[in-house]
Amino acid sequence: MDGSKSRHKGRVSEVVASLPKSGIRDFFELVNSMDDVISLGIGEPDFATPWRIRDAAIRSLEQGRTSYTSNLGALALRERVCSYVSENYGVSYDPVSECIITVGVSEALDLALRALLNPGDEVVYHEPCYVSYAPGVRMAGGVPVVAPTGPENGFALSADDFEAVLSPRTKALLLNFPCNPTGASMDLERLRRVAEIASERDLVVVTDEIYSELTYDGRHVSIASLPGMRERTLFLHGFSKAYAMTGFRIGYACGPADLIDAMMTVHQYSMLCAPTLAQDAAVEALDNARGDMEEMRESYRQRRNLMVSRLNEMGLDCVKPKGAFYAFPSIASTGLSSGEFATRLLKEKSVAVVPGTAFGACGEGFVRCAYAASIEDINEAMNRIEDFIGSL
Amino acid sequence: MKEKDVLDLLKKDGRLTAAEIARMLDADPAEVGGIVAELESDGVIIGYRAVVDDSKIPDAKVKAIIEVKIRPAGAEGFDGVAMRLARFAEVEALYLVSGEYDLELEVHGDSLGDVAAFVSSKLATTEGVEASATRFILKKYKESNRILAGGDDSGRLKVSP
Repeated sequence: MDGSKSRHKGRVSEVVASLPKSGIRDFFELVNSMDDVISLGIGEPDFATPWRIRDAAIRSLEQGRTSYTSNLGALALRERVCSYVSENYGVSYDPVSECIITVGVSEALDLALRALLNPGDEVVYHEPCYVSYAPGVRMAGGVPVVAPTGPENGFALSADDFEAVLSPRTKALLLNFPCNPTGASMDLERLRRVAEIASERDLVVVTDEIYSELTYDGRHVSIASLPGMRERTLFLHGFSKAYAMTGFRIGYACGPADLIDAMMTVHQYSMLCAPTLAQDAAVEALDNARGDMEEMRESYRQRRNLMVSRLNEMGLDCVKPKGAFYAFPSIASTGLSSGEFATRLLKEKSVAVVPGTAFGACGEGFVRCAYAASIEDINEAMNRIEDFIGSL
Repeated sequence: MKEKDVLDLLKKDGRLTAAEIARMLDADPAEVGGIVAELESDGVIIGYRAVVDDSKIPDAKVKAIIEVKIRPAGAEGFDGVAMRLARFAEVEALYLVSGEYDLELEVHGDSLGDVAAFVSSKLATTEGVEASATRFILKKYKESNRILAGGDDSGRLKVSP
């Protein structure tokens, strides 16, 4: 191996070679090497896609809809997306020039960053956060800058923590609320303050709102809907979480026409268009699957309540997450690091949770427990975690 | 409203304890316990049992759906005949239905012969029964809202970001 490595020295780009392995990767290998693990480490719905949506995908194939669509995505889907965003988030976009269908929010984020950044431009993002943000910024030539969040603010981004990391090179702010891994939401007051600062500093806001339907307390507010923000915000969303469509890989971005056009330029040369059958399935999701989505949301809410009350009672302090399907308890009381806690819990009790550090350095002292798991598994996992803590 | 929430949860999983239900609904455990007790004493909840995939059991029961045409008699009408049929242990479920027939029975037996014997010696001889059509169940695809073999298996990764 070493020989081949030196022979191929320089083959991989410096940027890619310098990217850290996803913190989840090692853990995944460890979990996979074990049998009978109860996993609370899964970042996707435990529901299969509702049948009406699956049927729409099947119909799409039966009708021979196997060609490309327009680069921007089928107009029929863009029209529905724009009505949906208008009705549910209170922001109006033109389906012809202000909306692009992408291969999941992942691609939308990549397009946004590549469309926005010049080498050295800084992007502020909040940690703990989804594993792709910092690498995404770096792959686009930018410099990721962390604004930490913590339990004192319910893992919401405070204006002070945001302002403290701004510099003359700051180009954009990347938000993800409700947040993976913390389940945090932004209350209106904090969101307003952050929006004001972004406006004062003339930043572009890229907001990943993939979990927004899965909001359990209060109403989700998009930063794009605040006064003056529409023109500087890229609203990223998709179908993966709320409609249990992760494997369909379908998402979208809405924003001012010049930015969508720039994203379109990258998209047409790199992806061409999102899969046609996934676009057809997404139309069905928006037309007819709201009831299915609400039923799943109610089920997540109940499981959230179950898990969070158990965690708090056993002494793992846990902010009640307002959205998504993750609890992010503190394990400080155990005296273990996140990595030690997760590894020992896995080896000793066969329960998988993800160390908070997989989501950024300030995730130390926390672990992520997904409640997109069966009630039986949640109960059993909580019993085992309680035993584990008792054994320390 | 709360009563319905409790019932909805128990209909999906009868083993949930009052404490678990209380956690899930953000309610008081004693209150939930009271609601469950009331649902039981009012006869809304009439029992709890395992949902079983019979195809996985050797010597599983033979099951048949039997459509029965009856002659309503006296003041009891359909109910009289139905109640007489309901007394037979072989009858697992019994419905009054619309359409060509009047009653629909789900009948369980240890063998084809058992079911046949039930039809000829018990059903056919019951007063008020005029005709019946027996349909043996060959395979069950769905039970209690769960798709049996070949249902969803998403193959989720064990850990994902």
